[in-house]
Amino acid sequence: MYAWHFTEMPYPNLPPIESLSTMRVSLANKHFDPKIGADLYNRYLDEYMIADDLGLNMLCNEHHQTATCIDVAAPLTAAILARQTSKGRICILGNPIANRGDPLRIAEEMAMIDCISRGRLDVGFVRGVPYEIFAANTNPTTTVERLWEGIDLVTKAWGAVDEPFNFEGRFTQRRAINLWPRPYQTPHPGIWMTGSSDLENIKKAAARGFVFATFLQPHEKVKWMFEGYRSAYQDTGLPGGGGTAYMPLVYTAETEEEAEKGARELTWYLNAKSEPQYRNPPGYVPVDFNVNALKGTFTGRTDAMRAKTMEFLKEEGVMVYGTPDSVAKQIKRLYDLVGGFDHLLMMQQAGWLDHARTVKSMSLFAKEVYPQIRDLPRTKPLETRAAAE
Amino acid sequence: MSGRGNITTVKAGNVALEVERRGAGRPLLLLAGEEQLELDAAFVDALAAKFEVIIPSAPGFGHSERPDWIGSPDDVSYLILDVIAALGLSDVTVVGCSFGGWVAAEMATKNTSAISRLVLVDPYGVKIGGPYDRDVLDIWTEHPVKVAAAKWADPEKNKRDFSKMNDDQLTVVARNLESFARFCWDPYMHNPKLRERLHRVNVPTLVIWGEKDGIVSPAYGEAYAKLIPGATFAIVPGAGHFPHLEKPEAFMETLNGFIN
Repeated sequence: MYAWHFTEMPYPNLPPIESLSTMRVSLANKHFDPKIGADLYNRYLDEYMIADDLGLNMLCNEHHQTATCIDVAAPLTAAILARQTSKGRICILGNPIANRGDPLRIAEEMAMIDCISRGRLDVGFVRGVPYEIFAANTNPTTTVERLWEGIDLVTKAWGAVDEPFNFEGRFTQRRAINLWPRPYQTPHPGIWMTGSSDLENIKKAAARGFVFATFLQPHEKVKWMFEGYRSAYQDTGLPGGGGTAYMPLVYTAETEEEAEKGARELTWYLNAKSEPQYRNPPGYVPVDFNVNALKGTFTGRTDAMRAKTMEFLKEEGVMVYGTPDSVAKQIKRLYDLVGGFDHLLMMQQAGWLDHARTVKSMSLFAKEVYPQIRDLPRTKPLETRAAAE
Repeated sequence: MSGRGNITTVKAGNVALEVERRGAGRPLLLLAGEEQLELDAAFVDALAAKFEVIIPSAPGFGHSERPDWIGSPDDVSYLILDVIAALGLSDVTVVGCSFGGWVAAEMATKNTSAISRLVLVDPYGVKIGGPYDRDVLDIWTEHPVKVAAAKWADPEKNKRDFSKMNDDQLTVVARNLESFARFCWDPYMHNPKLRERLHRVNVPTLVIWGEKDGIVSPAYGEAYAKLIPGATFAIVPGAGHFPHLEKPEAFMETLNGFIN
């Protein structure tokens, strides 16, 4: 089991949340104070460096036009960490390839970071959550197609070492593709992908040997997705080795009381507000999902989570908090409930959770929890038959 | 769209489009708006008393298929011209509403050999203002309550009750919303080329606008009409973006003055 530190780099210094209609897309940036921003960026980067010292791996992501995440370019964060850390792996989860629109820029940036870090990079690709559509102005009805065309082009470009090639696809047309540099890892860094409901996408990821990651889901749903992944997984020898990753909110403390307080701070993330039009742009989900939305039976993941108590979220494995022994026990339980997983992605910082308390939790985890779970075996594919593709 | 008129499938090139036909007489091609609200509207019955009203569903709308290569109202307009040809129609009055009005304008810049008259009702399609001007209210980033208030003079009266629809009807609603975004997301609600092509429209044209249209203003409509040689511009008082639905009598009076 590999453990990863993660923060979305939130900007919590906002007017009272009750007074805002949204924290995403259209919250005026007069509410962003660059001086506070400078402190926050440096603090969050410091915490990643501490994670590296503690023996944890580092996971970063990006969002746009939102106070919930001021990391707007995960490759920048990864590049800084590539240079300033030395031990842990660095994973971008992920590059929003459909929204960024230029897969080959991503391919060469990843190759450069992989070289600077001497092969410590894992490269995730994400379709991007619904509200990202607006900042990128991507047509919401074509993001899945863009995602896969982009990933396949990046992978091809990383592996094409003998001569330039051209590409005339549906969304990208390029001549004389010839990456300088090429990745440090051969043939390329491990590839990760996220998902939350689309089983076909999960199977496609498995068939390509990608690590499949999912966030903040009830354990039964996680099990359903991981089993879908494992049933389609065909070859443990594929680049990156495949595997599964799960992200809960994690807070470790010396006492249960202190842990509950810290964990409560993390729920800031679940309570992030946005206006309804940003949550489900037309065509982002398939027609049958939208039929259910019109019937009022499909509301989305975060909305469903928001309404629940912390105790419930703990039971579901969405939140993990407590003393070190309790946290280790909860992770082992989760591991058993979902049929095992390979990467524990920990959102250990959110909202107003300050530097001292974040580092305290990270340190306790690294020193007292990680040794208890590190040797949980890598999961094996349930079946090795070729994925249905 | 079921149990209204005679529904057939027409091949436009390789694309199967659903086409409804109602009434008898000279052909009137009705290009519905993005929500296809026209299909249940009273003014269509009034038209069907005098014309054979032919209502194609654009690709991805209603039950029409939507191949990946179709990406804009410009693409759609070729297919609707193919429908006219496939049905062997001539002397066609084309009435297009909102999204359908945009498609109708695109068609008329390409081939009017089978078209005798053109009626555009609060259409999208051209860029009038500068890069920082929002000609068309951004219906996808504004709060839904604000969008409804801009769309209708009386939003309360025009709320749709999805709880009374069956799965097939809801599927059509969802497909229409999706296909509208597929074709009109970017560039938002306009084809940068259309403005420079409208001079080619060589049939009598009437542009009708709802006085209280908050999605696209009457001033935009007037500027749009000026780009079409000889076009007449008319306002329907007290109506929003869909004057044919909100004020059908006043709308029909304006329309009749043009088509009779």
